[in-house]
Amino acid sequence: MPLDWNSFEEGDAIPELKKAPGVTQLVKYSAGGGDFNPLHHDFNFPQSKMIGSVIIHGRFKYAALGEVVSNWLDHGGRIRLLSCQYRGMDLPDNEFTLGGTVKRKWEEGGEKLAEVELYAKNAEGKNTTPGSAVVVFR
Amino acid sequence: MAEEIEITEEMRAVIGVESTPWTYEVTTTSVRAFARGVGYTDLVYFDVEAAQAAGYRSLPCPPTYLGTPVFIPGQSNDTFSGPKDSGPGIKHGLPNLLDGGTETEYFGDICAGDTLSVTSQISDLSVREGRSTGKMLIMTNESTYTNQNGEVVAKQRGQAIFY
Repeated sequence: MPLDWNSFEEGDAIPELKKAPGVTQLVKYSAGGGDFNPLHHDFNFPQSKMIGSVIIHGRFKYAALGEVVSNWLDHGGRIRLLSCQYRGMDLPDNEFTLGGTVKRKWEEGGEKLAEVELYAKNAEGKNTTPGSAVVVFR
Repeated sequence: MAEEIEITEEMRAVIGVESTPWTYEVTTTSVRAFARGVGYTDLVYFDVEAAQAAGYRSLPCPPTYLGTPVFIPGQSNDTFSGPKDSGPGIKHGLPNLLDGGTETEYFGDICAGDTLSVTSQISDLSVREGRSTGKMLIMTNESTYTNQNGEVVAKQRGQAIFY
């Protein structure tokens, strides 16, 4: 059901999403997003060899943060601003958990808005991709 | 490690200089391909009827997807798929690159059927001290997405970190 602005409070957690994309999933992301950097699919690529593995696209994690917000909104609102920072690498087949907390909820110029603080935590609990979103409700 | 990084007049001169526009297409197939790549199960990004029932003209762009650049051999970057000519660059001589972060600002809806004209520019240069990297040059790149009706529908800013 589309999310109603009146149905949540500041401090509420938004539903988490777990992902553990394998290399095949990363290849699908490359095809969909257009980033064919071998670092995300070729274990013989020099930079992959140096790291010891291919790594998940930063942009995959950014898009996954967008998915968490999209799932939460269920089209009851639209994203106005979505940002993240790349603070650490994640490897394929390693599970990470995406989620967030409502930081602020307000009305401005006749619009109902909310700001959500986002995370992508690896198995050790490190937030490799902190982010934030501002959403506007219908 | 760089001891000092100077932002020269020559480097500063390229700030705000826009690239030649390049066409990015948003199609039902391209939206599905992106949504599938991320792992969405929400039918709104796959089924046009579901999208229309949710209030969209057609399949909407999932967050962070801003169309697929038209690929032309020789004119497109073979690895990253965007145009080779993305505006004037800067010479800094720093060997290492990190992707710092991405920010997307939306001003309107983008749905399958839209054609976007995209320009990019270096919007900011700054120098910061990294904990393990020494002095770093932070370059902010801003791309502007304008739809077929002349409306700016999104801006995306990316931070490249050179050290």
